[in-house]
Amino acid sequence: MAFLELEHLRKFYGENEVVKDFNLHVEQGEFISFLGPSGCGKTTTLRMVAGFETPTEGVIRIDGRDVSRLRPNARDIGMVFQAYALFPNMTVARNVGFGMKVARRPKAEIEARVAEMLRLIGLPDLGERYPFQLSGGQQQRVALARALAARPKVLLLDEPLSALDAKIRVSLREEIRAIQKSLGITTIYVTHDQEEALSMSDRIVVMNAGVAEQIGDPFAIYGRPATRFVANFVGQLNTLRARLVDPAAGTVDLGGQPVTLGRPIPGPAGREVSLAIRPEAVALGALPGNDVTIEAPVREMNFLGSVIRIKAGLGAELVSLDLFNNAATRPPEVGATVPISFAAADVLVIED
Amino acid sequence: MKGNRFWAWSALIFGLIYFALPLIGMTEFSFRMRRGEYSFDAYRVVLADPNFRATFSYSVTLAVLTIILSVCLTVPTAYWVRLRMPRWRPVIEFVTLLPLVVPPIVIVFGYIRLYNTSSLLPLTGTITGTNALLVAGYTVLSLPYMYRAVDTGLRAIDVQTLTEAAQSLGAGWFTIMTRIILPNVLVAVLSGAFLTFAIVIGEFVLAALLNRPAFGPYMQLIGANRAYEPAALAVISFGITWACMGLIQLVTRFSQATRASR
Ligand SMILES: Nc1ncnc2c1ncn2[C@@H]1O[C@H](COP(=O)(O)OP(=O)(O)OP(=O)(O)O)[C@@H](O)[C@H]1O
Ligand SMILES: [Mg+2]
Repeated sequence: MAFLELEHLRKFYGENEVVKDFNLHVEQGEFISFLGPSGCGKTTTLRMVAGFETPTEGVIRIDGRDVSRLRPNARDIGMVFQAYALFPNMTVARNVGFGMKVARRPKAEIEARVAEMLRLIGLPDLGERYPFQLSGGQQQRVALARALAARPKVLLLDEPLSALDAKIRVSLREEIRAIQKSLGITTIYVTHDQEEALSMSDRIVVMNAGVAEQIGDPFAIYGRPATRFVANFVGQLNTLRARLVDPAAGTVDLGGQPVTLGRPIPGPAGREVSLAIRPEAVALGALPGNDVTIEAPVREMNFLGSVIRIKAGLGAELVSLDLFNNAATRPPEVGATVPISFAAADVLVIED
Repeated sequence: MKGNRFWAWSALIFGLIYFALPLIGMTEFSFRMRRGEYSFDAYRVVLADPNFRATFSYSVTLAVLTIILSVCLTVPTAYWVRLRMPRWRPVIEFVTLLPLVVPPIVIVFGYIRLYNTSSLLPLTGTITGTNALLVAGYTVLSLPYMYRAVDTGLRAIDVQTLTEAAQSLGAGWFTIMTRIILPNVLVAVLSGAFLTFAIVIGEFVLAALLNRPAFGPYMQLIGANRAYEPAALAVISFGITWACMGLIQLVTRFSQATRASR
């Protein structure tokens, strides 16, 4: 039995079904991300766990107890909001201690825990400040400390970093993950930022239009996307149309050049198939381990700092590949025909 | 440009004269009780009058009770409307504005008709009952100001998210109301409270028709029978009103300073 179980969750707003048969089992101490485009139902699902929305159907269990119909203040959860939501009339210390005060813990225990939490978030001296005297990043840390102080069973975060600027976002996400690991708290983290989800999570739930398209660890989500949506949503992806030549051997015609994937592809010879490959799996020049090498003219070159992204033509299609910016080797000229290579195993065949 | 400024100044001066002249005249008159020289005699007489003290403290007590009742009524209502029934806001707002449209005389006759000694709830039969009725009436009169003030105060905070944050930390409705909502709208409540205070101190119709010894009827009584004392009384009550307005300004200014960076 898992620690947090969502079973057959559905949510309707009027006629509109925004969460469709959502199933998820979360182990104790696991860090789960909900990743998906805007409006796909991430927040709604999270709010059902928190108790702010009632599921139309389905069951939510925390630690074996059915909480589906329990009020939010009886669920033993901690929540962090995008807008921080610190109580403006209270100092940082009183914000952090609020949950324990509500639970009528002894004063000494509250004080000790508040001090401990402030140390944990790296703001040990700011207890007497008011929220409006803190930066956004500091406020969000305090909000995290507040959510964790009463030792909830589950921590829920709804896009906690999206109001912050890029640098703080990266450092804070590492900090959140470290704190989560050190406390071993079961966590659900909502984001639409794939980098966040990939870098922080034990497992990711990729959502689309109210459906959990794929649930898996970051490597699986990135490397073996189960659906076309996941493949396109997570990471950069080259999608190429090819013509199937030999279904049994897995040979396709890619822009006039034969490519053998070495595994059978279903379907009659002559049909069109969609292939997908990550830019970082494609290399310039023949490389040991890359069993497919083809010739392609360079069509575009984009300088992205540490990386140069080259777009090479394969018939009518363009394939992107990344080149580390190395001062010693000059990148190829636009218009030159170069050999590019990849491993057949990295090519995904996508069924529409 | 020049002409514009001329007219602006004229309008301002006209306005000032329009408001200030009667005030100055009244104040000047209130000092003339002693023949041939200015003195505070009128004030001395007024302040020494036991009826003045009795009616004034009666009205102050009622004002305080009115403020408490009004806060207990408007803060949860405005909060709930913002949180759960945003579509009802225009309706509620309209209702709270009704006391500005319905004259107090109508309200009080309605009360007398509903709660007279031969009714089911004979509030006018006892002094306590009548006092309660008066507080209820004052609360109605204070609604437009109080509700607006509280609603404006609630607009400054993210009611929904703060409520959810508190709930997720285990707080129930009472805790949310007293520890989070009320403290955050306190400044707004105070400005509503001072206005209510000013209204109650000067109110005449309700108190007179319910026959309670309030400050308003006392002023009227003095005004009908004396020459200089009413002027002094008017200056005093005007001073109280202005003090209330000043306090509102002060409180708002102070709160803006503490929340400057929000
Ligand atoms: N209270 C509501 N009433 C009606 N429809 C709602 C309500 N709340 C959300 N929705 C709808 O439900 C769908 C899912 O919303 P949700 O907030 O869960 O999306 P999300 O994945 O969190 O998106 P975002 O990344 O933009 O936050 C949306 O289409 C939204 O319009
Ligand atoms: Mg959302």
